[in-house]
Amino acid sequence: MGHEMTAPLVVFFVLAALAVIGAISLIRQKHPIHSALSLIVVMVALAGLYLLLGAEFVAAVQIIVYGGAIMVLFVFVIMLLNAGVEEHTSISKMAGAPGLLLVVALAAFVAATIARSADRIQTTSQAGEMSSTLGISSMIFKEFVYPFELTSFLILVAVLGAIVLAQREKI
Amino acid sequence: MVPTNYYVILSAILFGLGVFAFVFKRNIITIFMSIELMLNAVNLAFVAFSQALGKLDGQVFVLFVIVVAAAEAAVGLGIIILIARNRQTLNVERVDLLKL
Repeated sequence: MGHEMTAPLVVFFVLAALAVIGAISLIRQKHPIHSALSLIVVMVALAGLYLLLGAEFVAAVQIIVYGGAIMVLFVFVIMLLNAGVEEHTSISKMAGAPGLLLVVALAAFVAATIARSADRIQTTSQAGEMSSTLGISSMIFKEFVYPFELTSFLILVAVLGAIVLAQREKI
Repeated sequence: MVPTNYYVILSAILFGLGVFAFVFKRNIITIFMSIELMLNAVNLAFVAFSQALGKLDGQVFVLFVIVVAAAEAAVGLGIIILIARNRQTLNVERVDLLKL
């Protein structure tokens, strides 16, 4: 591309490599707890990329909600169920070939689409100049106030669903 | 300034790895984690385009995606606990009967 390696580009490549290595590690690990720890690496790397993109609030939410709450839930369930090493049968070995094919086809399709539309994305120079947290908060409570209120209803339903599903004896 | 393409390509790679993990893994918890990986990849594309276009809509969508992912994790892990209790296994290949 002829770019010189500026500091943001170096940070991007380090974080991108961390994310990809974490994702590969998620696949390679046999024990679910190791996969969960790999996923935390991916999430922290993505939080760093959000900071690089000037999305501080999303980066904080990524760490708190994904890296904190959701992954604690995962690790808690893995330990609660005493999940052991994953067992692979001949069918799962066969699933690797179509899975790999699927991924290559998907990546090729996405790469072709990006290559075709790369010149149509107009990068604005003023991006990241306004305070993103201020803008997000005003958008959530003005334009997106109904979807925002609906998410609280969604969470209420999810809590009820989780309680009903996980209870041992019928009320 | 990192080109937006790089972020989108990284997002595509992460999504592809998530799809591969979803197809290849046999532990139901790991399959669930690969869904979270795919959601994260989509979030990265949202934020990258949000920055490229200079609009904040993408970042608001990311917040909604995170809320939906949290709700999904709560319900999904409840289902996993139920499956593990009823079948005594977490291997999806052994969960192939509608009725016990």
